[in-house]
Order: sequence, then structure tokens, then C-alpha cells
Amino acid sequence: MSVQDQIRSKLERAFAPVELNIIDESADHAGHVGAREEGETHFRVEIVSAAFTGKNRLQRQRDIYASLKEELEGPVHALSIQARSPDDA
Amino acid sequence: MSDNPVFERIKQEVTDNEVVLYMKGTPVFPQCGFSAAVVQILTEVGVKFKGVDVLMDPSLRDSIKQYSDWPTIPQLYVKGEFTGGCDIIREMYEAGELQQLLTEKGVEKVSS
Repeated sequence: MSVQDQIRSKLERAFAPVELNIIDESADHAGHVGAREEGETHFRVEIVSAAFTGKNRLQRQRDIYASLKEELEGPVHALSIQARSPDDA
Repeated sequence: MSDNPVFERIKQEVTDNEVVLYMKGTPVFPQCGFSAAVVQILTEVGVKFKGVDVLMDPSLRDSIKQYSDWPTIPQLYVKGEFTGGCDIIREMYEAGELQQLLTEKGVEKVSS
């Protein structure tokens, strides 16, 4: 399973998001510190989930970091996160 | 965890300085795009801050992540309190909340 699929499946399981976009930005960082030849090192996550309702930005991002602990300690060098609740908009 | 001697140093640093940014590289020569983005925002907002390069000190690089229980760098502290990383600071800045927080906390601005 690719790192991107792994991230997707973990986030889906943890947050049952109504919207989830995972963008692989590794190509923008090729040759830069932390980049691997096979890619899949830099990701951007846009997620909307009711699980974030009533939580502040720090709590939301902490929850996401916790669910992706393994990936962050492993292949993922950078993870940019935009976490929203359906009530935010 | 609380017996980590580096925690004392961090605590001192974020207490002695109103705004501290733990980053990769220095404010003049950032070594990472996310660190550079936060430096740019702080400069834009016109606030005085201390930049601390974690790449110069591996023990600090690990300890700061434990101190805040936050796995990534950069990390911004305002008046001793962990405020966020790049995504959060950017969102707060765009919403005008960062400026509001700094004003509310009475943080010193760069004199012009």
C-alpha cells in the first residue's frame, strides 16, 4: 500500500471525514532534505469531519498527528494540515 | 519526561522572551520552507521574536517536540505558551487572530 493510501485509510478510520483530500507535494521538494528518491515524503491534508467540532486548531492537529504517528516517524517528512468541522463554514 | 534537563532551558527561554520561534535555520537563513513562512508572517506582523535554530542542537530538536507534545518544527511560543506550527500560525494570521492574540497579550512590536 502506498503511503498516501495508508494515510487515507487511517484518517478515514479515525475521523469518518465528510471530505478528505490528500495531496502529494513531494515532487516540489525533490532533492531537498528529507526527500526520498521514491517520493511520498511531503503531503498536504485537507479534512472536514464532525470529530473536530468544538475543538480548537491545536487539538484538531494533535488528533491528526496521533492517528498518523507511525507515518510521521517513518516515511513522511512533512505534513501540512487543514482541519475543519462541517460547522466552521 | 519532566526530568529532561533541556526542558529547563526551554522553559527559561520562552519565559525570558515574549515570542520565541523554534525553527530550522535562522530568521535570516531559514533551512525549511515552513520555518521561512512563519518568519515571514512574524516580520509582516511586526513583532519582535527570538529565532532558535534546532538544527544546531539535536537534543533541543528532540526535546522541544516532547515539551509541547508536538511532532513537528517550527513551533511558536507566545508569552511561554505554545501557540502552533506553520499551518496554525498561517491560519491565525489570515483570520487576523494572530495579530489579535499578540495585542491581547501585550507583546512588544518592532519599533519603526
